[in-house]
Amino acid sequence: MTADLWQPVRLTIELASFTTLVLLIVGTPIAWWLARSKAWWKEAVATLVAMPLVLPPTVLGFYLLVVLGPDGPGGALASLWGARTLAFTFEGLVLGSVVYSMPFVVQPIRNAFQAIGDRPLEVAATLRASPRRAFWTVAVPLATPGFLTGAVLGFAHTVGEFGVVLMIGGNIPGKTKVLSVAIYDYVETSRWYEANILAGGMVVFAFAVVLSMMLIEKRVARAGA
Amino acid sequence: MSTPENTISVAFRGPLGRFRLDAAFTAPARGVTALFGPSGCGKTTVLRCIAGLQRLADGRCDVAGDVWQDGTSFLPPHRRPIGYVFQEASLFPHLSVRKNLLYGAPRRPDPAANGNAVGFDEVAELLGLAKLLDRSPSNLSGGERQRVAVGRALLSRPKLLLMDEPLSALDRLTKDEILPFLERLHDRLSMPILYVSHDMSEVERLADHLVLMQGGRVTASGPLAALQSDPALPLAGSRDAAVSFDATVERFDAVDGLLTLDAGGPRLLIPAAPAAPGARRRVRIAAGDVSLTLEPPRGTSILNILPAKIVSLSAVGHHEVIVVLAPEPTGPRLLARVTRRSAAALALAAGQPVHAQIKGVSLAME
Repeated sequence: MTADLWQPVRLTIELASFTTLVLLIVGTPIAWWLARSKAWWKEAVATLVAMPLVLPPTVLGFYLLVVLGPDGPGGALASLWGARTLAFTFEGLVLGSVVYSMPFVVQPIRNAFQAIGDRPLEVAATLRASPRRAFWTVAVPLATPGFLTGAVLGFAHTVGEFGVVLMIGGNIPGKTKVLSVAIYDYVETSRWYEANILAGGMVVFAFAVVLSMMLIEKRVARAGA
Repeated sequence: MSTPENTISVAFRGPLGRFRLDAAFTAPARGVTALFGPSGCGKTTVLRCIAGLQRLADGRCDVAGDVWQDGTSFLPPHRRPIGYVFQEASLFPHLSVRKNLLYGAPRRPDPAANGNAVGFDEVAELLGLAKLLDRSPSNLSGGERQRVAVGRALLSRPKLLLMDEPLSALDRLTKDEILPFLERLHDRLSMPILYVSHDMSEVERLADHLVLMQGGRVTASGPLAALQSDPALPLAGSRDAAVSFDATVERFDAVDGLLTLDAGGPRLLIPAAPAAPGARRRVRIAAGDVSLTLEPPRGTSILNILPAKIVSLSAVGHHEVIVVLAPEPTGPRLLARVTRRSAAALALAAGQPVHAQIKGVSLAME
């Protein structure tokens, strides 16, 4: 029974970790571009990134299913290694989670980059720092609170997703059966004890996340004063 | 003789707020050149254009023979050998003072570095930073921050130092604390400095060359003393008109505490701290402190009386006249402000020999 409970927990942590990592790698350049670009259409891109905030997860899940399925680009991608589809796989779940949690990572990083302003980067340029060096040695360290917030939110939000997982992942133990789905499953089959343990764990986890966020913000506010 | 190798020559044209920037000047590529003018006249924009932080399509920037911008090319700011000191110190808050100072320093010692380059220890000593090195910028006073910013710019081994009103965000006391450091820089380093300011007292203490700006245009450019004593320019007619020039210490009289200075001809006696012969001193003589007599005065308490010839007279307001004087036989031009009535009573006219009585001479550097 314990192993039974453990499996969705481990899978969820793996999924959230992978997703956060991918989001930091993909989201940082997007956030940088949104913060610095003067292109008139950048707010359209920002809106696209923010869409998962308001779309019902099932809508998102439906389109992801189409994209990842055998007839979509995901299926074409999967055929490269002989698979038929990306839906109902762990990789597909990571992809879906990346899209779903994108706004929670991009927005805080974008805000942090914007808060730096032009001046520190101008100073770096007058000290012979190439744009690349200025980015790594000035912009990224100064935006650290934004990265922390983004990573924590991205991780937590991925842990808490349900609708998208159900649409594109299904309920395959060890592959796509994550925490939220497992709880649903236990309730469906009247295994309240297990549901209780997992649900209680989630409450504790959520409390820890929100508390750590607040502590980060407080520390940053003090450092800035 | 001015050749491209020893001049800084720039021209920028483009929109600037409510008016157009159309500024061009040539300045020597040594000493301190001040860009002086009222707030919003475009002097900061000119400096940013020289640094490459701002790009006007219609621009040319030629520094000591290197073209940084012309019709076809534009060197990005990080490829320009400049140091830039902003109005606010703008230190990196996440780095210690030491790491701020070293941010732009070449990572490998440059074997081609000549004697002009300053080392870390020298900069720390020159700017009084030795005790601050391990502090965080947030624990520094405004004056300390600005000194770190200057040191950081110097350690990037610039060929041209750009300073954008580095003292304007500081209070009077802190200003007086930093000015001596800047004067020492001027003495110790041969690198040219472009210094933006709207405070004439800073300009008088630091500048060798002056570029006057107004409404996006350069109205005059030339050696500081020449522009100060040009009656056609607003400086000579202003309330605190003065001339400033460099003089060399000849000797110090310990009994009376008097310094004898050689001002390129005339000798000036000034009560001041002891100084070694040969030391350079920046002297300022206000127009209001100079009076004129036709005969050599006798029995006067005034120490400095120079024979001079009147170069020109021009009315200032309704009841005063500003007189430009050339000391005889030679020496830097002086200004005297006299009342219209005195000018009429003495029948002052151009070419006339007079005696200039200098009541007060102030030294910018002690």
